[in-house]
This record gives sequence, structure tokens and C-alpha cells, in this order.
Amino acid sequence: MNAGPMIGQQPLPPPLPASAVASPRGLRRNVAFIALMVLVGIAAFHVIDWPEGLLSQPKPARELPVPPLLDPEMAAVAKRIDGLLARDWETAGIAPVPRAPDLTVARRLSLALTGSLPSLAEIRRLEQTPAEDRSRAWLEHLLADPRSSAYLAERFARAFVGVEDGPFLVYRRRRLVSWLESGIATNRSYAETVRDMISAEGVWTTRPETNFITVTVSPNDRDEGPDETKLAARLTRAFLGVRIDCVQCHDDMLGGPWKQSDFHQLAAFFAPSEIALTGVRDNPKKAYEFRYLKAAEKTSIPLKVPFYPELLPPGGNPRDRLAAWTTDPRNAAFSRATVNRMWALLFGRALVDPVDSIPLEGPRPAILDALAEDFSVHGHDLRRLIRLIVMTEAFQLDSKAPDQSPAVTDQQEAHWAAFPLSRLRPEQLAGALQQASTLGTIDRDAGFLRQVTAWAQGNDFVKRFGDPGEEELKERPGTISQSLLMMNGQVLKERTMGNPVMNASTRIALMAGTSAQAIETAFLAVFTRRPTAEESAYFAAILNPLRGPKRSEALEDLYWMLLNATEFAWNH
Amino acid sequence: MKPDSDNGGACGTSDHFSRRTLLRAAGCSGLAWLTPLGKILAREAEQQPWKPARSVILLWMAGGPSQLETFDPHPGKAIAYGSKAIPTRVNGVQIGAGLEQTATVMDRIALIRSVTSKEGDHERATYNVKTGYRPVPAIIHPSIGSVICHELGDGGVEIPTHISLLPSQWPARGGYLGASYDAFQVGDPSQPVPDVRASAEGDRQKARFEGLSVIERSFLKGRSLDQKLPESDHHRETQQKALRMMSSEQLKAFDVGSAPAAERLAFGDTPFGRACFAAVRLVEAGVRCIEVTLGTWDSHLNNHETHAERIRTLDPALAALITTLERRGLLDQTVVMCGGEFGRTPTMNAVEGRDHWPHGFSVALAGGGIRGGCVLGETDPSGEKKRPTDPVTIGDLHTTIQYSLGLDPDKKIMTPVGRPMKLSEGLILDRILA
Repeated sequence: MNAGPMIGQQPLPPPLPASAVASPRGLRRNVAFIALMVLVGIAAFHVIDWPEGLLSQPKPARELPVPPLLDPEMAAVAKRIDGLLARDWETAGIAPVPRAPDLTVARRLSLALTGSLPSLAEIRRLEQTPAEDRSRAWLEHLLADPRSSAYLAERFARAFVGVEDGPFLVYRRRRLVSWLESGIATNRSYAETVRDMISAEGVWTTRPETNFITVTVSPNDRDEGPDETKLAARLTRAFLGVRIDCVQCHDDMLGGPWKQSDFHQLAAFFAPSEIALTGVRDNPKKAYEFRYLKAAEKTSIPLKVPFYPELLPPGGNPRDRLAAWTTDPRNAAFSRATVNRMWALLFGRALVDPVDSIPLEGPRPAILDALAEDFSVHGHDLRRLIRLIVMTEAFQLDSKAPDQSPAVTDQQEAHWAAFPLSRLRPEQLAGALQQASTLGTIDRDAGFLRQVTAWAQGNDFVKRFGDPGEEELKERPGTISQSLLMMNGQVLKERTMGNPVMNASTRIALMAGTSAQAIETAFLAVFTRRPTAEESAYFAAILNPLRGPKRSEALEDLYWMLLNATEFAWNH
Repeated sequence: MKPDSDNGGACGTSDHFSRRTLLRAAGCSGLAWLTPLGKILAREAEQQPWKPARSVILLWMAGGPSQLETFDPHPGKAIAYGSKAIPTRVNGVQIGAGLEQTATVMDRIALIRSVTSKEGDHERATYNVKTGYRPVPAIIHPSIGSVICHELGDGGVEIPTHISLLPSQWPARGGYLGASYDAFQVGDPSQPVPDVRASAEGDRQKARFEGLSVIERSFLKGRSLDQKLPESDHHRETQQKALRMMSSEQLKAFDVGSAPAAERLAFGDTPFGRACFAAVRLVEAGVRCIEVTLGTWDSHLNNHETHAERIRTLDPALAALITTLERRGLLDQTVVMCGGEFGRTPTMNAVEGRDHWPHGFSVALAGGGIRGGCVLGETDPSGEKKRPTDPVTIGDLHTTIQYSLGLDPDKKIMTPVGRPMKLSEGLILDRILA
């Protein structure tokens, strides 16, 4: 199929208005304009990739690069973690479900690392790869894809600074996200990244990490400088997975270990920070004073960390000391918080929920501690952590029980003996919607028009769907407005209606020879799986008698059904 | 308020003796609650035949309107900076110039001129007034409409029972009750409600749902979804609700354009006016809570012009809202509240603006169980004293509204963080109740 005949089918230009015909110059201008539009149209076909042979099985698709040999040391760690899982299942008296098909695991990985689905083109490549390498090859393919560092950077940024634009004059969120992105792309030690943010000095434009500090400046009163209580709350939640900010106003009344002083002594480390002409800097003269509940007057608050006091360096600049304490390999809370967050991003559910509240004194899942220990002794290496989690049995398991067996239980999911079902987040749904309705891959090599469309429609969709912001790792129910948006919304309509340039449904209608081929292609593109025999028969019966526009319409309908199904909207 | 010769409409001065004063008599004497007499009095009070309201309309004045130019004028005083006041239907009660139509229904409105809070930032104060709680880490409180929907249920209504018309930056949300209690957001009623027109009609629509059920069946096989989610949370269940809504006659409540022009235009030919009219029709359809936003009251600059312009929009809409509710027999079952996140400073800044002032500002209440024509509290006419007389907290407002709806404000809901939380924390303002 080439673009030639398509252009021939374009409608003739409308008759020119009389006014335009009257003046020869106007006529020339109009002709020139129409010619320009035709050229743009032709260019669009070339800008947009036109994947050849995606629908036919004997494909020219390249297999994925073979991943490096499995590191035996890592394999041993993975095995130990699987052992811990197996022991837990035994104690709980539950059996795991079988492993999931390769394509299902690939879907999970794409959703977790790029917020999108494997494209039809990528599925073809994946299936060219030897079966035993597929899952690993897919992971390496994604880790090398710039989309994944950008996607993960945004997820981390939400935990670090939220999603708001913040105090305009002193805060540039985009800079911080790009900085995080390059750190992830080069697999910089996570501890170093965090250390830089806590101890950052300088101007928010040239030192992107300072934005972690400046985001807390009050938009109404810049002279007040960064807010030490907001910073202390961020630090403990995002980096340490403890919620000390609950005791900002009073001691813990729910039996927890924290005292109001724990929070404010930690906040005191940020108190000297101020905004000067040279950007964020520390003013040693600024001390922190606070009036505790039931106290008569303000007192000067000493610098103290709420736990592991032995890890705090004795001297130096307060924020440097705090950064060193937070990221110390012996500060297990730091490693656990990171493992828990990464696990939540990969599974759609945290090992310990909520993701930023992990009991310091336990009880905790044994695998959390094991992964955290590995993370801290291997230089806080995020990629190694991702690889390890993906290697665990838990990540590879199916989300459903085999035929003829009772359905998966909550208990099985709670013990990771089945992959837990979770609702896709809005940005995942938007990404999946864009990718599913396109046959080629929407990555950085995709056509410009395609990337821009995906970006604009994605933003619009997330806005309408409701962005949970930094609360995105919390479970939440679906709403009626979301259902309406999926069933009747503009973006879905645009991505399923007849449009041979942009939309998969139309292109499948044009290119797929048989109904079976069309149905399989649609299922692969939207569900990342082939249809079951029942599904195949059902839809073939509808499609077989149809020709021409009726057939296109039926494929549009098939796309609508797939996109409105639970299977599409959930991670499984 | 300085009592006038006839004692104006000040609350609690009339000799009416109601179920609620009885209740208060029992409640205020502290330990009297524990005595047999207290219990009898309270039970007696509860058994009085009264019909609680069932809906709330919140006219949300985003940005923080000035009490001095709206419901708490101090004409002739220095802090008025020339702002005029007009008499109202209620002897001795004056309101800001420009609110002429509202003045004619003042006998239906209770004014609280002494609302106080501790939040002077727009976002935090909005949260405070909409939820009744100050923002705290670790938990998000539900807005008043979410609480009401949670407590009273949807009553079989087919469209969302919590609606935000012309939503501001921070529309009402379900907080710890869950996103399904978030307000359903709709813009100017002159435009169709978004996404409710089916993308395919008739047989084609039917075929789509048949095919969908085939796909759904294969996904649910062997998976935990059916047991895991409460029925109401189910993907298909939400879809079914959405479908019911799409085909519901009740959707017509939004279509104010179809109503007679005279009735419609009484609200003013503005998005806010149309939204207020839609709110009346939504209450008629059985919707629990409608929030209608009128924004940009944040007059740090040119306070008087900003307010004159906003009041031109507010006045006909507020007056028509009350008269139309009453004409349709809905006023008794609807609590109307009009207010914003805070008031504005008694002094003017250098650019003739008034800045944020949470220390004493006004809220107007009307309808369900509210005693019309009364005024509670007074801000200092000289502007020197921060504290108004008879200060009312945001919690008191919520407690009173919940009480009017027949809810028990002391009822506790278990939050996801494991901490039980009262519906609201405050006192029942029985002086403004009928």
C-alpha cells in the first residue's frame, strides 16, 4: 500500500468565491494557498510513518537486540527473593497462579516505564525474539528508550515537588524534571540525585536541583524564603517513606512513635535557607523558632534527626549534613522508600500502602527489606532495582487463575501470588489510547505530527479525566465523568473515526485482507494479545458479510468496544 | 450590627420558641443533657414534626468578596470608603448598593456578618470553607456536597447528585470519601453537557454493548474483579450509571434555554444567572448539592469597580434563585448558601484595593429551616477591632447546614488513615434557624 492512490481520492478544491476570481492577484494567492495545502498534505503522509507489512505475518520486522547475559550474581539475588515469596505463600497457605504470557508482561512493562502500550510494530519485533529472552529483551529495549527516563522522571517529580506550577519567579518545574530525566537516562546513583536536591544552592534556572527547595517559597511572600515545614514533610515522605508531617501540630495521638518535636527539629535543618540574588543559599544567622502546642512561648529548635542519629555527620552546613544522613547506605528507610515507590510504579500497587508510609519498626514484607538491602549495597542503582523487581516471580505471574480453577482471591493478590489488578492512571490511559489507535510506535522517532497530536490529545484527555497529581499512586474508584469521557468523549471519537492517516481502525479496514486478520490486529494493538476463539468467531460473524464503508464502521465499533473494556482500562 | 430602634432583624431577640431553642436550652446547660429532664426535652424536641431539607445550593463567590460592599456595609464610616448601602425589606437591615433585587427577598435570608477563619490564602481558605476543616497533611476532607451525598444517598436520581456548575480552580471534591463523590463539573448551561451524547445511536450503540459484554466476559474469567470491588465501583457498573444518565430525562434540567424567556432572564443573561436557574431545576430533579461559582472577587486593585461589576451579576441571580425556589415549592427543602473563602480588609491599600480578611466576613443563608430576615454578628464599624461580635466559625456553618438536612454532625466516619472524623466540628447556630 502506498500513499499515491490516497491522494488521488482527495476531494476537488471547492469553487473559488467570486471575489477571489475577480482579482487576478487574489486568484494567484488562492491557487498558491491550495497548492501549499496539497503539499502539506503530501508531506504529512511522509512525515507519518507508514509501517509496511505490519498486518501480514511474514514480516520484515527486526528482532530485538539480544540482552546481555544474565548476571549470575543478580540471578542469585532474584532467586533469594523468590525464595522469600515462596515461603510467604507457604505460610499463608496459598498457591501462586501460573506465569503470564510474554505479551502480558510486555504490556505491564510498557505501562510502567513509558505510560503506554507496546505498538503493533514492537509486538512484531518482540515475537521475532527467542522466547527465553523476550521478557528481558523487552525490559532492556524499554530502559534504552528515552521515553522511559522522561516518564519515570515525571513520576518522581510528582513525589518530590507535586504538579503545581508553584511560585513563578523562583521555580521552574520543567528544569527539575529534565534534570531528573538525564539522571535516570545515565543511571546516576539515586542517592546522589537526592543529595543534590536537599543540599542544593544557586539559581533555579542554572541549578535545576534547587527547584526542590524553591517550590516551597510562598507565592505571596517571597521574602519569607523556602518553607522549612513543607520541605521537612517532602523529605520524610518522598525520600524516607515516613509521615512525620502528621505531627506538625501535635504529638501522634494514634499510638505512633512521633513527637511534635521530631518534626520541627528536622525542619530546623532547612531554616537557614533563603532566597538571595545568587539564588538559594544558607544564612547561618537564621535559626528556627517555634511555639510547641501547650508551650508558653517560642523556643529555639535544635537540629536533630528523628531516627538513626548516629548517621548524622557531626559538623558542616545543616543541609549538607541532612543530605548525607538521608542518603547514607545505612539509612534503611531511604532504600525502603525507593524500593516501595519503584515497586508501586511497576505493579500499580505498593508493597506497603500508602507508598510513603512504611513502618520503621515493622512489620514489613521480607522482600521489601531484601530488595532495599540490595539497593543500598549496590550504590542505589535504579536500573538494577528495576531489573531485579522484574525478575521476581511476582512480576511474571498472571493476574488470573487458569481455566477450571477458582478465580484469583484478594489474599492471593495481597501476597503477590497473582499480579494485582489496578486501574490505569490517567496518563497511562491517555498514552495507551494514543498508542492503541496507531499502528506504528509513538516514540521519539515517530513522525512529528503524530508526536504533537499524541501530546495535545493526551493532555486534553488527562485534564478531562482528572489528574490525581502527586496522589497518583493511591487507589481510587472510577467516576461517571470518566466513563462518559471514554464512551462519548472527543479524543476517543477522533481516534476511532475514519481517518486513514492517523487512525489504526481505518488503516486496518483498508489494509487487512480477511476479517480474522483485522480482528487479530485490533486485539494486538489495543489489548496486546490475540483474540480468544470465542471472540474471534463473534466478531468475524459481524465483519464477514460487510464491505466498504460498512466494514470500516464495524471496525470503528470494534475499536470502541476494546477501548471501553475493563481489560484496556486496567493493569493486569 | 448596631440595633436600630425596632431592633432590626437581629437573631435570637424575637420571642419565638422553637424546637431548636428547646434543644439549645437542653444543650447549653451542659450536664443537663445527662439528666432525665434533659433527655426528655431533647427527645421531645426531636419528635417535633419537621421535614429536613434535602438539597444544598452553594453560590461560591471565588476570590473572597468584600463584606463591606455586599452584606455588611458600614455606610458613612471611614472603612466604607464611600460605599453606599440600601434598605431592605427587613426593617433596619441594610445591604450594599447594587443588591436592590436581593433586598426585596431579605425576609427570606439570614445574614451572618461574623464568620471568622484562620486561613488567608485562597487555596487553603477555599478548602476550609468548602469542607468545614482546615487543610492538614495526610488527609483530604470531603466538601459539604460530598458529605451530604454520602449520608443521604442518591435517592434514585439518574444524573450525578453532586454537581459543580462553572467550576473554579478548586471544585468540590470527595476527599477521603473517594473520587466518586467529586462534583460532576459542567460549564455554562448555554452549552450542552459534555460527553453525554452517545457516540453511536440505536442499533449501532446496541451492537457495541453486546460486543463489549463478550470481551468483558473473557477478561473477568478467573480474575478477582467481581469479588474485589463493591458493586457500585465496578467498571461496568460505572458505565451503566453513565448510560442511565445519558438517556435520563433529568438531564433536561441543564437545558435552561428551553424555559420561558421571562423566567430565565430574571436570573440575568449571564453564565452565572443561567447556572443558578439550572441549579433550581436540578434541585427539582432531586440533585443533592449544586455548587455554582461566580469568580474574580479578588479585588486587590480597584475594589469598588470590581465589586460593582460582580454585584450586577450576583444580584438578579441570587434574588431570582430564592423567588423561583419558593414559587416552585422547593425553598423549604433547599438550603442556599452564598459566600466566599474570606472577606476583605476594612482598610484600602495604595491601589484602592482591599486585601484578604478572614477575621470577620459575611455569609448569606436561605431556605430549608433558615429563619429569614435575621442578622447574626457584627463587625467593628471603625475597623479597629479584628474580632466581630458573636463570632461564627466555618465549622458552625457546616454543622448548621448539616443539621438542617437532618444529619447528625457528630457522626463519625472512619477515614482511610484509620482516624475517625466527625461530619463537622462546630455548634448549631440555632439563632438563625426557624
